[in-house]
Amino acid sequence: MTEIALQVVGLVRRVQGVISHTLVDGIDLSVEKGEFLAITGPSGSGKSSLLYLLGLLDAPTEGEVIICGQPTSKLSETERADVRLTKCGFVFQFHFLLPEFTALENVLLPMRAYGRMSAKEMNERAMMLLTSLGLGEQTAKRPNQLSGGQRQRVALARALANRPEIIVADEPTGNLDTASTEQVFGILRDIADNGQTVVVVTHDAALAARADRRIHIVDGKIHETSFGVDRKSEIAAATGTVECQP
Amino acid sequence: MTTNLLLSIAWTHVSTRVRQTLVGMFGVAMGVGFTIMMAGLMQGSQIDFLRQLVDTMPHVTVEDERRSVPSQPAEEEYAAVGMSNVPNVSRRPGIKYPDAVMSSLRSWLPGDVAPSVKTTAIVDHGGGRVGVTLTGIDPRLEVRVSKLASQMREGQLTDLSKAANGIIIGQALAEKLAVKNGNTVLLGGGEGTEISATVAGIFRSGLKRVDEGQIYSLISLAQTLMGQSGIINQLRLRLSDPLVAQKVATQVEAQIGYKSVSWQEANSDLLSTFATRDFIVLTVMGAMLLTSSFATYNIISTITHEKRHDIAIMKSLGMREYSVRRIFIIESAMMGSVGILFGWILGYLLCYAWSHITIFNPLTGATVPLQIYYSPMHYIASGAISILCCAVAAFFPARKATRVHPVEIIRGAS
Repeated sequence: MTEIALQVVGLVRRVQGVISHTLVDGIDLSVEKGEFLAITGPSGSGKSSLLYLLGLLDAPTEGEVIICGQPTSKLSETERADVRLTKCGFVFQFHFLLPEFTALENVLLPMRAYGRMSAKEMNERAMMLLTSLGLGEQTAKRPNQLSGGQRQRVALARALANRPEIIVADEPTGNLDTASTEQVFGILRDIADNGQTVVVVTHDAALAARADRRIHIVDGKIHETSFGVDRKSEIAAATGTVECQP
Repeated sequence: MTTNLLLSIAWTHVSTRVRQTLVGMFGVAMGVGFTIMMAGLMQGSQIDFLRQLVDTMPHVTVEDERRSVPSQPAEEEYAAVGMSNVPNVSRRPGIKYPDAVMSSLRSWLPGDVAPSVKTTAIVDHGGGRVGVTLTGIDPRLEVRVSKLASQMREGQLTDLSKAANGIIIGQALAEKLAVKNGNTVLLGGGEGTEISATVAGIFRSGLKRVDEGQIYSLISLAQTLMGQSGIINQLRLRLSDPLVAQKVATQVEAQIGYKSVSWQEANSDLLSTFATRDFIVLTVMGAMLLTSSFATYNIISTITHEKRHDIAIMKSLGMREYSVRRIFIIESAMMGSVGILFGWILGYLLCYAWSHITIFNPLTGATVPLQIYYSPMHYIASGAISILCCAVAAFFPARKATRVHPVEIIRGAS
């Protein structure tokens, strides 16, 4: 049997204002551990809003987000931050690296914020992550000395630093050339194959097609769900894998 | 959240903005430096003045009067009896058994006591007549209770006994009457007595009213001028610590019953002026420190604005809001502490420079240097207030910036 990494029930996100606006309108969704989920949809469809809700970056107006079996709607802002730190890794369209810090220091940031490892262990892990993403030579460089693709890979290494259950990526290839896009997408694919859950928002249909599952959002609702070819057989064969830490 | 991380982020922000950081530090340094200078100057002049006052005056003066008119036996017995015009019934001039009182006081007093006779006299010289207070003293005991001996400009205290009816007068009075040391003047007493006296010495205390209105003689001369032989109507106390004078005065009064006035009570009007002055100075210093922290406020506002992407990303990575906020408060504290260090140096240098400035007083004709009081308290207090101001100045922009929801920034960027 497979394990559910991420589940949402009746998720609604409304923005109150002069004109109230519903960004996410009653979404139910379960994402399995190790699944690669792509969210697509036209601009303003609410796909990014859904992603922020899944990553606990935003709080829903109604409904529940359950991460590794832990309901999150009643958590305080600080508790949500703690869940983000340990369970979610973020990658955005813009790399959002701290400009004054080197690639290595940027990858160290979440680990240092978590503070559960010795300085040596953190350094080793950061070096390992950067090397595995082909950035072994770039660790001492600052973001402005790196190419777009390299920056995004540093951001990916940073997202992976605390071994999160879920990687949440918002248009991670939106600013990249074809080669870099291919590279970043390949890394995300590997991450999912290694048992971490990946949720990606993208408007690149070709990339989305390579995900295990693709949901298409229109007006805040799931309009269509389709499954990737490669994954179908795997799903059938999958048994209970590594346990998800609550 | 590891403090190390916050410190290293804060340090990076500060060290990559050299110009802004320097401006912030400069602001704090100016505030602290000028505050220290002002405190040193104000307290210096005040302490200098008080020292003059305390040196010139006895710390406690016991006089042969009561604080209130004693009630009459008949008044105590019958409520209807009202006696007016009898304030001095049962009162004879002079302190009873002065020697016994003095030896009793000496047994516990943290200082010494000397007897004197205080009366008024008119000094007459060459047609110039000036009313003065004449204090008859014992030169041997006087050195224990006043600094008169060290204030002598011409002659010595012991010269009082050598000259015939010797007196010591203030420099200002001497100039007023054109009297020189060794001249003879005529002293007129209250009882119509007139005595020819010799100026045996000239003193200068620095307080105009003393230098012009106070003269000294031997006890016997004062007694003769009063027409009361053997009388002692004043005991003057000098304490090892002038600040306990008020307490001692109360104790003395309780013990012997005579009115005992501390130097603080005698100068209460002046001291209350000082209190007002202190308040004004503290207000101004507080305002200076507060103003200097505005530079910090501006800089932290700017940094938090520039760093809103970083704030968003740190929050989205899972750093807690107050941890992110602390980064900016640490930055402010860094700028503040270095600024305070420079402020201390600046303050010290200003004090040092100012102490070399001399002020000419056209009234006394004297040129005196500005008195500066150096106290570690000035440094500690200005530093503490300044660092507090910096922390508060950083807190508000930092809170504002870190409250922003990361989604707003992330959405805005794309």
